[in-house]
Amino acid sequence: MIRRRTVDSISAALMRFAVIFANALAFLIGIVLVVKACPILAQKSPLQLLFGSTWYPLRGQFGLLPFLVGTVAVTLVAMVLSIPVCLLSAIYLSEYARQRVRSLVMPIVDVLAGIPSVVYGLWGVIVIVPLVRSVGQSLGSDTTGYSLLAGGLVLSVMVVPVIVSVSTEVMRAVPVELRESTIALGATRWETARYVVLRAAHRGIFAAIILGFARAFGETLAVLMVVGNVARIPVSVFDPVYPLPALIANKYGEMMSLPLYDSALMLVALILLVVAACFIVGARLTLRRLGRTA
Amino acid sequence: MKWRRIEEAFVKALMFASMGLVAICLTSILLVIVIRGAGALSFSMLVETPKGGYYLGKSGGIANAIVGSAYLALGGTVLAFALSLPIAFAVQQEYAGRRVASFTRLALDVLWGTPSIVYGAFGFVIMVWMGIRACLLGGILVLALLMMPIMARTFEEVIRMVPRELKEASYAMGATRWETTWAIVARQAVPGIVTGVMLAFGRGIGDAASLLFTAGYSDRIPHSLFDPVASLPLAVFFQIGTPIPEVQQRAYASALVLLIIVLLISLGSRFIGKRFARFAIR
Repeated sequence: MIRRRTVDSISAALMRFAVIFANALAFLIGIVLVVKACPILAQKSPLQLLFGSTWYPLRGQFGLLPFLVGTVAVTLVAMVLSIPVCLLSAIYLSEYARQRVRSLVMPIVDVLAGIPSVVYGLWGVIVIVPLVRSVGQSLGSDTTGYSLLAGGLVLSVMVVPVIVSVSTEVMRAVPVELRESTIALGATRWETARYVVLRAAHRGIFAAIILGFARAFGETLAVLMVVGNVARIPVSVFDPVYPLPALIANKYGEMMSLPLYDSALMLVALILLVVAACFIVGARLTLRRLGRTA
Repeated sequence: MKWRRIEEAFVKALMFASMGLVAICLTSILLVIVIRGAGALSFSMLVETPKGGYYLGKSGGIANAIVGSAYLALGGTVLAFALSLPIAFAVQQEYAGRRVASFTRLALDVLWGTPSIVYGAFGFVIMVWMGIRACLLGGILVLALLMMPIMARTFEEVIRMVPRELKEASYAMGATRWETTWAIVARQAVPGIVTGVMLAFGRGIGDAASLLFTAGYSDRIPHSLFDPVASLPLAVFFQIGTPIPEVQQRAYASALVLLIIVLLISLGSRFIGKRFARFAIR
């Protein structure tokens, strides 16, 4: 009996340690990045860093504005393209499709969620970039195809599995009785979906979109491969952009060579972490308040 | 009434159009990678490491990246598993209060959603502080951190689904918390655990941004934990970046190999999960 008790308490202690580690890791990443970002924050004002538009580390200028604009622009283009398509698909899967269709499509969606981002990036280089180039040139712009639009298109495809699977699940969780009573009142399916299901599930759908947003925001290589990486504020969707994650990925090799350079890149990583964490905490708490934990 | 019918038909058409659009995009991804990749893939590519002038289009293969990715993903999976299982056990009611459990879940969600480039930067800083250069060990550790939340979260979900009556029956017979957890809960959750491991493995083997600074890249197969190591996603990334067509061909082939591995794992996890389901009581 004593032995069994000991095993029980030792295992409990080990588990507690693992839990502490998991929770600490979330903070540790943040703290380490803050510590590394401190030197540059001490020398330059945050405004100067965030809204300065010159990136010239040799002269000690670390304006992040073009990169911030790049990231936000690519993410926004992706979401604008993706959200309507995703929601219409999710409504179809949830409200119109038969059980058999749904149980066939949902696993495929899950499999697609697992495709590595470089594969999406490669597809972007082979298919999307030439497509954007020919469309752009026919519209009279001298784009190479490596552009904001290309990045947005690739990202919009990447977030489809996330948004579709979460929002379909949320819509399925709306009680059948609600639908039945609307249909009994003579509403069409679309009216039921629009006035009842969407209204009941809107918070969950919002959370699904935010989760997709978070994924798009931090995506590195797939975007880096197709956006052209020119540190200028884009004027049209056919202009190249330079998102924040791409900045870290491209410049890590040189970052030890100049003062403050590594600090600037860690500040970028910190920005990515904080924004992603805010999105996710918001989305998860919303989903949880809906009585769901998924 | 007629107007409502038209609206219904119109929206339905829109839905079909968007489903079709999604289907076209995703089929196009698979087709493009398979066709381009299959054209470039050969047996020697799979078993040879890069030789002199490889990046100028001379002979060689991507065995370094295949083996490297296997090392990295397997090492990461083992470590992450050892870390995740206790976490998932520990957020059960018997061990943790509701607030600790829900906070831990939130922390894991945040970690799950943290961009992998941030893990890369974090790992890089830690490695610089410890004075280690990019190597297999660094890559494995960072991948383990990246996979841990995925595994812990999926394990935790299935463990929560274990029927309460089963646990109560076990406690009624005088079993301790650990005995119940190990003999009843873990056994019952095996299908979900297998799925979680496969999910995390697939994510780990496909991740590139976190390995960029931590694992480095090398033309040789590593002999020790402190050698830099190549990986398939980075092989795709570096080879598509060169202007030489032969090398770009190899990027397609590497992507195909990666895609096949990921799809096999994903399908395999469904199959294996089902096989193990027969050990579950209900």
